Amino acid sequence: MPSFMTQVDRQQWDVIVVGAGGAGLRAAIEARERGARTAVICKSLFGKAHTVMAEGGIAASMGNVNGHDNWQVHFRDTMRGGKFLNQWRMAELHAQEAPDRVWELETWGALFDRTADGRISQRNFGGHEYPRLAHVGDRTGLELIRTLQQKIVQLQQQDFKETGDHESGLKVFQECTVTRVLKDGDRVAGTFCYERESGRFFVLEAPAVVLATGGIGKSFKTTSNSWEYTGDGHALALLAGAPLLNMEFVQFHPTGMVWPPSVKGILVTESVRGDGGVLRNSEGKRFMFDYVPDVFKEKYAESEEEGDRWYEDPDHNRRPPELLPRDEVARAINAEVKAGRGSPHGGVFLDVSTRMPAETIRRRLPSMYHQFKELADVDITAEPMEVGPTCHYVMGGVAVDSETAAAVGVPGLFAAGEVAGGMHGSNRLGGNSLSDLLVFGRRAGLHAAEHAAAAADRPGVAQREIDAAAQEALAPFHADEGAENPYTLHQELQQTMNDLVGIIRRDAEMREALERLAVLRTRAARAGVEGHRQFNPGWHLALDLRNMLLVSECVAKAALERTESRGGHTREDCPGMDRAWRPVNLLCRPVVPAPADPAADRIALVRCATDPIRPDLLALFEKEELVKYLSEEEL
Amino acid sequence: MTSYDASFRVWRGDPEGGELRDFTVEVHDGEVVLDIIHRLQATQAPDLAVRWNCKAGKCGSCSAEINGRPRLMCMTRMSVFDRTDTITVTPLRAFPVVRDLVTDVGFNYEKARSIPAFVPPPGVAAGEYRMQQIDVDRSQEFRKCIECFLCQDTCHVVRDHEDNKPSFAGPRFLMRIAELDMHPLDAAASEGLDRKRTAQDDHGLGYCNITKCCTEVCPEGIHITDNALIPLKERAADRKYDPLVWLGNKIGRRRDG
Repeated sequence: MPSFMTQVDRQQWDVIVVGAGGAGLRAAIEARERGARTAVICKSLFGKAHTVMAEGGIAASMGNVNGHDNWQVHFRDTMRGGKFLNQWRMAELHAQEAPDRVWELETWGALFDRTADGRISQRNFGGHEYPRLAHVGDRTGLELIRTLQQKIVQLQQQDFKETGDHESGLKVFQECTVTRVLKDGDRVAGTFCYERESGRFFVLEAPAVVLATGGIGKSFKTTSNSWEYTGDGHALALLAGAPLLNMEFVQFHPTGMVWPPSVKGILVTESVRGDGGVLRNSEGKRFMFDYVPDVFKEKYAESEEEGDRWYEDPDHNRRPPELLPRDEVARAINAEVKAGRGSPHGGVFLDVSTRMPAETIRRRLPSMYHQFKELADVDITAEPMEVGPTCHYVMGGVAVDSETAAAVGVPGLFAAGEVAGGMHGSNRLGGNSLSDLLVFGRRAGLHAAEHAAAAADRPGVAQREIDAAAQEALAPFHADEGAENPYTLHQELQQTMNDLVGIIRRDAEMREALERLAVLRTRAARAGVEGHRQFNPGWHLALDLRNMLLVSECVAKAALERTESRGGHTREDCPGMDRAWRPVNLLCRPVVPAPADPAADRIALVRCATDPIRPDLLALFEKEELVKYLSEEEL
Repeated sequence: MTSYDASFRVWRGDPEGGELRDFTVEVHDGEVVLDIIHRLQATQAPDLAVRWNCKAGKCGSCSAEINGRPRLMCMTRMSVFDRTDTITVTPLRAFPVVRDLVTDVGFNYEKARSIPAFVPPPGVAAGEYRMQQIDVDRSQEFRKCIECFLCQDTCHVVRDHEDNKPSFAGPRFLMRIAELDMHPLDAAASEGLDRKRTAQDDHGLGYCNITKCCTEVCPEGIHITDNALIPLKERAADRKYDPLVWLGNKIGRRRDG
């Protein structure tokens, strides 16, 4: 225990939302509209969150383009995409509520692309039976974040009229990081934070905290994720005592840029394929026809001709296999490259140039056109793109209650969006992320506000907790001789996860990864930085390392345990999907108390059984399909 | 892969003052200026402050001035420079320095708050909005804005005239007014709000003398001057000087023009 008292600014709020992407902002709007004084805290500037990177669209069964669509079909697609491991009640709520969440955005000023009769246009995407993704060209995430941002400004303008203070009911603390969720006994009491600009510590006190911090991609070398994606919320939940669910499921998006090296991993939207783009290997072959797995055989075209006809006449033809769920496409690309049929820079070819006129490409895929032109000197209207898998999304996350988004076991803690687990099962469909953010962001905000209002007394934050958090955060400035460079440690971590717990996994490699992670933890305990606390990126990274190491340990441990291949978890040594694993969730629990030796395991795995799927939801599927997924007892 | 050593001059300092520092740093094929700044952080200047996020030209965080021109560091390829060039990277000049390449862009957030939000059309339920693509094209162009604030930085109205800041919203936020004004369902007029007039009276549209500097630096290629500012000026002028509008306002009709 430290011998000093840390003097920090303390502020009282009702709800704290950590993260200002789609889920965080939607949660904040809901909490504020329910009367809770709400603080949002985010690492970047307000409006820059990772959600802006989302390109293709928001999945919602509005049925504007194909009237056969409804929530039941969306639910079915989501369960198939997740290989039936989804927390089914979440998938049900998500499919039911997504249309309302999209329409609501229009009342806040969003401008989606339109159909001929003036409604919101919807596009095809992998794994979705009908055109379902509301979109704005290929910058849908930007539209989402800007609309939510502007809605928050509108609420602040309203508060200003009433109180003379824009920030009286809803305040955004931008460019700040949370290092600890603070507790009073079992329940949540607030967050320990620092301003990135000044390095100044402060404490926000509140009975409810919503984690909406996104994903973990920065633990991998090739990723479409930005620097913010260091698994902060995942780690904050663990450190507060809340378990994580199914962390072995990491989505490698099939199409990331592969060249030049400095942009390797940057996303190439799935809309390219949804709008007609095809994948070819170095022999010019559309190889995806060779990779349609049994469970999807009846649903995908068997010939190029049929697949091509589908774009015009989807009722009488089946969709091309380029539109299989992402995990299938990523594995296929990986296999083609490994078999020596890859492109010059180690990917495969994705071509729209021979599929539609240049003008159409520039209109429908403006930011892809721009991105390749500017960053790779490639004109996608005239030549194919080179693409390969990139770490994109984590399906695993904080174990939550389906209805309320409340974290398991920690009263007052909520999680929504990518940081929450369960919704997407073992693999997420494209377009289901933006809708997830809105549906469960709203639910988290609602229930956090209710939780805060129902609290009989406000929890208190003990000085000793603040002192401990401050000491932990300052440790990198007091590293002894032989301090480790945080940048070097980060690079080694990324290489380890990429090589040993990446898209294709093997028992021995994951064991090796766990050993290397233990070494890295030991070295990270000695991570040291120069300079002072003002906007010091080396210091920030040193603190983020703790989170990335914790989350990486979860991924590696769970992946080693699950001896089958399913969705975003592929094992070369256990290649088949095993029905016996279908009803099994893997929970990562923190070892308590945290061991003093940094090399010791921090995570303990627990197997638990999933809730049986409700019969009326099962009845949405044909028996022949269910037998491919469910075990005998479940049927 | 080929690589070479490039000469960089990077401004380092804080509100008290600072200076350009020289660095020699390795550059590889296909890299952008932000890669080089990151290499400096990882190898020579671990506490070099820089703001960035997506590194794909989508979030608008890594704005800086490269050889004096406002640009996104993540979208400026090293191949546009000669290998013998010295590349100078400085913070945005129109905003106060926080540290090194990071500036305080709070001005923009204040301006964002000063513009009344979208007013939903009364009596139209969520899900019932109907708009034609041709009618949303123009506002959609403006909504491509990634808020990098390069247009705000380059605009001479505030770039060298700090005193104009209180009365001038800058190209980005005048464009925001144009976006709302051209939104087919915005019902501001029904609340007595004339967006064109506020652009002129409250947000300094008149300061703009259409030199198109903002359009030139826009990384999204938005035609800020031609499609947003000039039409807004025309519409504001129409309303101000059109005697029919004046009369209509006087007798309480033609509120929404």
